[in-house]
Amino acid sequence: MQERELVVVGGGPAGMAAALAAREHGVQDVLLLERDRHLGGILNQCVHAGFGLVHFKEALTGPEYAGRFIRSMRGTPGIEVKTGCFVAELKPGKVLTCLSTGEVSTIRTRALVMATGCRERTREMIQIPGTRPAGVFSAGLAQKMMNIEGLLPGREVVVIGSGDIGLIMARRLSLEGVEVKAVVEIQPHAVGLKRNVVQCLEDFGIPLHLSHRVLWIHGKDRVEAVDIAQVDDSGNEIAGTRFSLRCDTVLVSVGLIPENELIEMAGVEVDRHTNEPVSSDLNYTSVPGLFVCGNAYRVYDIVDSVTRDSFLAGQQAAEYLAENGGVR
Amino acid sequence: MYDVIVIGGGAVGAAVAYELSYYALKVALLEKEEELSFGVSKANSGIIHPGTQNPPDSLRGRLCVEGNRLVRHLSGPLDLDFKEVGELIVAFDEAETSTLWRLKQEAEADGVPGLEVVSRGWLRDNEPNLSRDAVAALLAPSAGIISPYRFVYALSESASLNGVEIRTLTTVESIDVAKNSGFVVGTSSGEFSARFVVNCAGLFADEVAAMVAPPQFCIQSRKGEEYILDKKRRYLTRHLLFPVPTPESKGILVTRTSDGNPMIGPTAYEVDSKEDLSTTDAGLNMVLRVAQRLVPTIDRRDIIAYFAGLRPVAGEDFFIRHDDRVPGFVNVAGIQSPGLTAAPAIGRHVVGLLEQAGLSLELKPGPRHGGSKSVHLFSLPLNEAESLVAEDPASGDIVCRCETVSLREVRDAISVGARTLDGVKFRTRAGAGRCHGSFCTCRVMEVLAEETGRPITDISKRGPGSEMVVEDRANARA
Amino acid sequence: MSDTVRLTCIECPTGCALTVLVEEGKAVSVEGYGCRRGRDYAIAEVDCPVRILTSTVAAQGLSVRMVPVRSSQPIPRGCLMDAMNAIRALTIDRPVRAGDVLVEDILGLGADIVATRDVERD
Repeated sequence: MQERELVVVGGGPAGMAAALAAREHGVQDVLLLERDRHLGGILNQCVHAGFGLVHFKEALTGPEYAGRFIRSMRGTPGIEVKTGCFVAELKPGKVLTCLSTGEVSTIRTRALVMATGCRERTREMIQIPGTRPAGVFSAGLAQKMMNIEGLLPGREVVVIGSGDIGLIMARRLSLEGVEVKAVVEIQPHAVGLKRNVVQCLEDFGIPLHLSHRVLWIHGKDRVEAVDIAQVDDSGNEIAGTRFSLRCDTVLVSVGLIPENELIEMAGVEVDRHTNEPVSSDLNYTSVPGLFVCGNAYRVYDIVDSVTRDSFLAGQQAAEYLAENGGVR
Repeated sequence: MYDVIVIGGGAVGAAVAYELSYYALKVALLEKEEELSFGVSKANSGIIHPGTQNPPDSLRGRLCVEGNRLVRHLSGPLDLDFKEVGELIVAFDEAETSTLWRLKQEAEADGVPGLEVVSRGWLRDNEPNLSRDAVAALLAPSAGIISPYRFVYALSESASLNGVEIRTLTTVESIDVAKNSGFVVGTSSGEFSARFVVNCAGLFADEVAAMVAPPQFCIQSRKGEEYILDKKRRYLTRHLLFPVPTPESKGILVTRTSDGNPMIGPTAYEVDSKEDLSTTDAGLNMVLRVAQRLVPTIDRRDIIAYFAGLRPVAGEDFFIRHDDRVPGFVNVAGIQSPGLTAAPAIGRHVVGLLEQAGLSLELKPGPRHGGSKSVHLFSLPLNEAESLVAEDPASGDIVCRCETVSLREVRDAISVGARTLDGVKFRTRAGAGRCHGSFCTCRVMEVLAEETGRPITDISKRGPGSEMVVEDRANARA
Repeated sequence: MSDTVRLTCIECPTGCALTVLVEEGKAVSVEGYGCRRGRDYAIAEVDCPVRILTSTVAAQGLSVRMVPVRSSQPIPRGCLMDAMNAIRALTIDRPVRAGDVLVEDILGLGADIVATRDVERD
């Protein structure tokens, strides 16, 4: 079993900021674990611009924003980075079991920062009636397919939910020659940023149907069509408003859920409904010395805020170490 | 020339093939989908029934009790994930309690063991989340749960290792009676001759039967919708909970899958189609209503997945008969609930019918071949896990984060027949976890493409027509 | 002939509601902006809307399959699809750093296509 001072789980913007700040505040031994081959987290697939206006005073793309921190990490001695390393288990006492190609290791750490990000809410979680054909993707999966793998998910798309990821993908796919037929939003206003409605939908003439719901997904093996209708304030169908759109792909963009199953394994208190850690103060959890930052703490609107709050998490971890047996 | 051709690769076909594989016979199993267990068996709820609630003296009652016994017997040799959890048929008033006593009597006559009517007090102690309005229940301890498709895979893999030829993407289109006895089965992949044919074609059994003679039964589709709850609620129930039955089905239940997720459903209503697998708002509401009556703390927000299946119904009982008009042809039809439980018993029964029809059964000489089991890393103690990973790096390469499934497990699944995302999911659970494949789908597709030597645009969810992506714009792929 | 045009600024997540007085196709006055970028945006938007183009380009022999790219400057909105067609034919087969120019002066519009990620060999 390895004994470490500080382990940061997750090499996206939250984890990198926490690692850098912890180092800056005196922690000598910082180990950052990232399960993907590269650092950058979800930003690697966010190829669009608009990140960093607050933090860098520039409009950067996701990879550019991540790249600034990746370069800082490389230039900071004392931060050990292990990519391709997956934390499979977390036990009480801050004991981690990690898997990488060729190796299983256990690590006990004195302080732990969890920066494990979010997962998307999927079709299964919101109970859309109809069949279960191929071609229904969460917007983030479609984004990964398109931007990381170079795979075109379909040719005629309907987007369920006007969250930012769905809006961004509406534009992304339109640029790739895909016909995005509509974005369907159950609320009377768009959920994502106004500017995304402009530059992702209005720019491309994609209709946004507010106060509408997808009532049925058709298709035996692959999506064939969706039925849509207007709904009232309670979400019930308004008679006479139903129409069908032929499509081969449905993107679902209906929210994010913090990933905290690892800390739950270790007995840390997690709110049953929001999946956020039960917390008295920013980044704190019910276990001293175990911090959660970034989207795993709560779903953030802009990455600049993630950076700001995750720098704090690194500092908090350093303070915890100093107060509890000294920073080596 | 085959001795026996089995049509249909679901639980029944696999069980028949498994039994036949003990004998020195040339046997082929034909399945129209890209993988086994993709038809009726795909949507099975995985319950191993004790044998209650079957019509007295019915074939299905007898085969269910025998099947329950056989599943336990096969558990070891086939490494099944069978768990005995017991079932409670719950009564909410006097009239229902009387029904419980009648059910108990009928079930005992069928040979169901261990039955007991339990009191309110017992229920409070042993089933704490059950509604306080429940007054009594019939306890059937021999009920259990199993993974339905892993059961099919275990049976079919054993059959295959012991000589049965399994052909998928092979749709039976015609069956001609050959001149000097036997059959010529025309399929989408060519013709097969056989002395005997066993029709286990599920929803299409009547259509297959009609290929040789006017069918003596008709298949009616009866749809069932099921809703799966978050694993966080896995302590919801201890036993499988059944309400007192209605004529149409065993009713809407609160059960759980063999992977530990609570499950509520199924509904039971007739549909005209043999393909309509849609779930509905009405179905969801009905399932919730009945489930919440049994367990009031069930919340709609607990639902994380849902699906529908179609039961092939041919009247009240199973229709398993040799068609005397067409010597050598056996129909196995209308295998609705308790079909999965009964499957191993059906296998034996069918072999008996074939023998009566003239199939000579000589046991195959030599040892029985068993398969090697794919190991899930986290079921091992740490030092074993370490050596496994050191010996094969792919064991430490995690593909599915939510269920911690390694590259090695995915490859193992492909080597025993997984060719689609659903096939990989059913064998390994990759894609069945909380993110529903949002993180691992790309990687699983890539591994499937590599291991089966196909372009990534050919990789499908469950066979031709359900391809995942339409174009590959990355040039780096071979 | 003057016209009042209402716009949402896209320069930052705030999305200020802008009111622009337009005469003969050009902005004469802008109201509602929270910062100078918004004012500049409004002026450009009523004359010739421009957008930053971001996309991905296929890689060969590198540690990623697709290299993310952007236009170094905004380009006319009406040219986005043509620019996409021009870059779709590219394959990057040498390591790149974020900021490296992959295509100079795309379609003669005064903007380069640059990589937005450091990418090494496989």
